[in-house]
Amino acid sequence: MTLPRITLFIPCFVDQVTPQVAVDMVTVLRRIGCELDYPEEQTCCGQPAYNAGFWKEAASVAEHFVRVFAKSDMVVCPSGSCTAMVRCFYPELLASSPYCEEALALGKRIFEFSEFLVDVAGITDVGATFPYKVTYHDSCHLLRELHVQRQPRELLRQVKEIDFVELGYSEECCGFGGVFSVKFPEISGPMGEVKATNIEATGASFVTACDPSCLMHLDGILRRMRTKAKAIYLASILAAQETAAVPSNGSADVVEP
Amino acid sequence: MNRIAQEFHQKAREKASDQAHRQTIRRAIDTYETAVTKGRARFADYEAARERCAEIKWEAVNHLDRYLDQFETNVVQRGGHVFWASDSEHACRYVLELALRHRVKTIVKSKSMVTEEIQLNADLERNGLRVMETDLGEYIVQLRQEPPYHIVTPAMHLSREQIAELFREKIPGDVTGETHEELVGAARRSLRRDFFSAEMGITGANFLVADTGMIAITSNEGNARLCTSRPRIHVAIAGIEKVIPRLQDLAVLWPTLATAGTGQSITAYSTLIGGPRMAGENDGPEEFHVILLDNGRSRLLADPEQRDLLQCIRCGACLNACPVYRNVGGHAYATVYQGPIGSALTPPMRGLAEFQHLSYASSLCGNCTSVCPVKIDLAHHLVQNRRNVVAIGERPWPERTSMRLWAWCMLSAERFKLASRLGRTMLRVLNAMGLAAPILKSWTEHRQLPPVPKSTFRQMWRNNAER
Repeated sequence: MTLPRITLFIPCFVDQVTPQVAVDMVTVLRRIGCELDYPEEQTCCGQPAYNAGFWKEAASVAEHFVRVFAKSDMVVCPSGSCTAMVRCFYPELLASSPYCEEALALGKRIFEFSEFLVDVAGITDVGATFPYKVTYHDSCHLLRELHVQRQPRELLRQVKEIDFVELGYSEECCGFGGVFSVKFPEISGPMGEVKATNIEATGASFVTACDPSCLMHLDGILRRMRTKAKAIYLASILAAQETAAVPSNGSADVVEP
Repeated sequence: MNRIAQEFHQKAREKASDQAHRQTIRRAIDTYETAVTKGRARFADYEAARERCAEIKWEAVNHLDRYLDQFETNVVQRGGHVFWASDSEHACRYVLELALRHRVKTIVKSKSMVTEEIQLNADLERNGLRVMETDLGEYIVQLRQEPPYHIVTPAMHLSREQIAELFREKIPGDVTGETHEELVGAARRSLRRDFFSAEMGITGANFLVADTGMIAITSNEGNARLCTSRPRIHVAIAGIEKVIPRLQDLAVLWPTLATAGTGQSITAYSTLIGGPRMAGENDGPEEFHVILLDNGRSRLLADPEQRDLLQCIRCGACLNACPVYRNVGGHAYATVYQGPIGSALTPPMRGLAEFQHLSYASSLCGNCTSVCPVKIDLAHHLVQNRRNVVAIGERPWPERTSMRLWAWCMLSAERFKLASRLGRTMLRVLNAMGLAAPILKSWTEHRQLPPVPKSTFRQMWRNNAER
């Protein structure tokens, strides 16, 4: 099939903190033959304000988002949560906005990365090789709002030389929850530690997911606990090929407390 | 931050890092989940059952006036009494006056969350009455002088050893050993004496059936039947949202409640009671009273957005599903209803400002919504509560200001880039000074900071395009 032209939505924190996630997604999308564009006016979907209860502020940012992507045929995003914000939460947030109709239409044209590959492009083998033991965490919005569960697993199973194992309690929240992680660190931290313990129990070298925000939190927990397992975004596995070195979370200049 | 919120943070911190507590709860909830998975599989279509339960409750809630009237008419016709209580005080006073009028000394109670809500036991005890909880879990937490830990399994947080120790201290004469059977036997012997001496039995009601004027009670221990058949007076207390239109609705509500609550296909004792003892009957109370409690429910009813909270059948599934509940436990909430339903209900019922922390104490994972047997979107209620807190101006000014500033930055890519450059530079400077970790303590207490990459994605994209 001919693939539509894809507009990239790179969430604000991916742009700033984990750009490698987006780079790897771009690698995979180009490899399967997608033409890409990236409107530089994009910023954020508005979810931080929405979840904090500041709906007026969230709505203005959401309207900006709708304007930026109004002309895109199809939008692909490396985050289940940000995709869910647009598809599932914009309709109520923008119910009385002049952008309501456009927001509803955009919700039908935006896809999370793994969902796009499997359900839209119909591809499960993207030509990746990743000779490691990997387990998968079901991030919450992806699972319960977008109902994406099968797609990332199908993609992982097609990766050459991968040893994929299921994670115990894979559907239990990792504890990130955006502002929750800093408003209630005394709960978010232990939730992450429970998740990390389950990850360790699989013996996997990597835990992957479709939400870089959950992975950023998990990565922080895993490094603090000095576990063997590392957090890695799905596209970074799918981007890896025989010649490539082990992908890292970003470039050097590492800030460590 | 108010005192209630501070206490929540403190208790959450204690419990979430308590490994023994975490394991006790994990074990209990694992057992529950295994049972529920089997229980759901027994339905031809569990999703259809959820859908039907939600429809029935939604219909009832939207016509409360009609169905409550019908319920009252039917109960009164059979010789029962119905009392409409506007709040806790009103309900407690009715029970107390009734007890005093009949010279009641001992009261036996079956499990009822609504009597926890109105703090009935404390009120009766203050007036010299002896009140005994007869549900085993409730009996245990009563002996410990603790509130229930969970709305369905009140003693979920206790091990058999702890219970044995408690019984040896409180009812030494009845304890013969420490096996499950021996401990249950001890409680049974002790409670049996109370059942036979009590002059009044108090129960809740899982449902109020409008078309027959009956209360429906489910229990697993048979204690509710003893409470309603042996004492001279039976008082049932229920929130007004408990009414359902038709007897036949129980055909789906009863099994769904049992499955969501404990994984059973039906609870061991499902009882319908329609009035006092009739001529020719050889058991049942001489007087039958039903108290219909409002206590803030009509306020929820008036709000179209919050009305569906009245669909709740108190099955406890959302507590078990909640990763926050699993970590902090039931007592940290310091509310009558814990977990997601408590965090959704308590702020609008008891004060949006004082209890706002509960709406924020959630990662919004949505597991509560996905398990609710009457399809209440609990996670979304938490977000709406947050919006309502902001709307009444109850968030601290630094947060309000920073949110406004954040939105202003996000409305233009130029401002966003400027703000991000500033943020990244600040982080580098703070880090060079060794201040990043202490200043960002709410992140670094449990986690390493993420590496700060050299360039942002948008810089890389542009560089690539220019090359």
